[in-house]
Amino acid sequence: MSNTKKVLMKGNEAFAEAAILGGCRYYFGYPITPQNEIPEYMSRVLPKRGGHFIQAESEISAINMAYGAGAAGGRVFITSSSPGIALMQEGMSFLCSAEVPCVILTVSRCGPGIGGIQPGQADYFQATRGGGNGDYKIPVFAPSTVQEGADLVYESMALADKYQNPILIFTDGLLGQMMEPVALPEPVVDIKSTDIREHKPWALTGYWDDDKKRNTVISLRLQPERLEEHIHKLFARYEQAEKELTRVETVGIEDADVVLVAFGTMARIVKEAIDMLAAQGIKAGLIRPISLWPFPYATFDKLTDKTKVVISAELSMGQMIQDVKLGVKDRFPVKLLNRTGGMIPTSLEITERTAAILKEIGG
Amino acid sequence: MTKKMFFAGYGGQGIMLTGQMVASAAILEGKETTFFPSYGPEMRGGTANCTVIVSDKPISSPLIFESDCVLAMNLPSMLKFEPTLKPGGVLLLNKSLIHQAAKRDDITKYEIAANEMASELGNTVVANMIMLGAFVRTTGIVKEESIIQVIHNVFDQKKAELADLNIKAFNLWRD
Repeated sequence: MSNTKKVLMKGNEAFAEAAILGGCRYYFGYPITPQNEIPEYMSRVLPKRGGHFIQAESEISAINMAYGAGAAGGRVFITSSSPGIALMQEGMSFLCSAEVPCVILTVSRCGPGIGGIQPGQADYFQATRGGGNGDYKIPVFAPSTVQEGADLVYESMALADKYQNPILIFTDGLLGQMMEPVALPEPVVDIKSTDIREHKPWALTGYWDDDKKRNTVISLRLQPERLEEHIHKLFARYEQAEKELTRVETVGIEDADVVLVAFGTMARIVKEAIDMLAAQGIKAGLIRPISLWPFPYATFDKLTDKTKVVISAELSMGQMIQDVKLGVKDRFPVKLLNRTGGMIPTSLEITERTAAILKEIGG
Repeated sequence: MTKKMFFAGYGGQGIMLTGQMVASAAILEGKETTFFPSYGPEMRGGTANCTVIVSDKPISSPLIFESDCVLAMNLPSMLKFEPTLKPGGVLLLNKSLIHQAAKRDDITKYEIAANEMASELGNTVVANMIMLGAFVRTTGIVKEESIIQVIHNVFDQKKAELADLNIKAFNLWRD
């Protein structure tokens, strides 16, 4: 990280700026709360930095513009919020199939349907299981501070190219709307359009005088043998992603009576609750998945027999809890501590409910 | 030391800017800070509030359920946030728009006729800066000179003449 002086930035603006610093030169957006500051920022700033901003006529259009610009070798960043991401998911499946990089950020709100505009995490399945068709996976990072979000967007611009696959950043309305001090990274060296073929030999750079060969970027493979082979190629890459991109933060899990699992905004509130529980003599630990896919299952093996219960703390009716159970492998009871619909528990509520759960299971 | 506060009023009173200025001043002083605005289908004249935390250690939750200070620019803001104050907390009231006494007697209250004072300076929009001055001088959560620096940063170049008016307003209220 550079030693740039810290500036107060709104999450959405920091994510937009981090994308530009990470090399984004193409942004396609369609308005939706609570991510509107991103297209606003991009429309204002990106053209001055040698990039292109287009307000698409819909989210479906935006993801397909990303498909085109990404296939041509451009560094693309697109953003939306929950229902808008739902519309983009067909395209995400196509980008995975066609091996086109793109960084997608969701500033998630509440569903189902149009739902509400307050922060939510009920898009955990949407993000990690996906709504597009077929065998595909998208690495998902869930930052819990504006700084971490900016860093992950910046890094993901390069990761998407490396894996030739979309990367999804899962934030929520709170993180998008709040302001925090941020140290921004140094800008990456811009790849000139004439140098794209050298950096991305698969990209659609057209006919060249010295070489009549032409690339194709396709999603349609009618021969089952070829399609199966292609899917295995994608999954070899996903296996590599599982090894390289699994990220997690833990706090005091080794000797905890109770271990809470939370990501993003919820993890911040849980951290405060852990201090409050300590004041009551309850040792609580935290597992904060930073990558939601690949999920840090192996971290749960570190829990000791001192732990009496594992709690999945979520802003949903309980979605991540399925992955938590896979990680726990029946070693401990797993309980849900949640609010939904845009309601966010206070650290006091989490403290009280954690203590109650512990009491209920006889801890 | 961690200080948690609510800034509240109606849309157009400069509440968000006031909160952001405190957060920016905290950064100048090398402190940790978070700013979280209420957001939603809001409009000029509707309610607006933000949560600001200033601390010398990393801040986990940006949301608060109890506060050290409440700056209320209108009556609904006082009614909503007065109950969140910890005993000994500071309540700053814009007396120009709040004609009702605060209930709590375990807190320190300051009543400031911010709109009238701003009118005397020739522009009611700086009522928030008068309240900000009172906030800084009564709580000491950030330093006066940090806010002055932030005002210069906010009102730079084309808006430089506005810096003088804002600084004048910021300096106006003294206990």
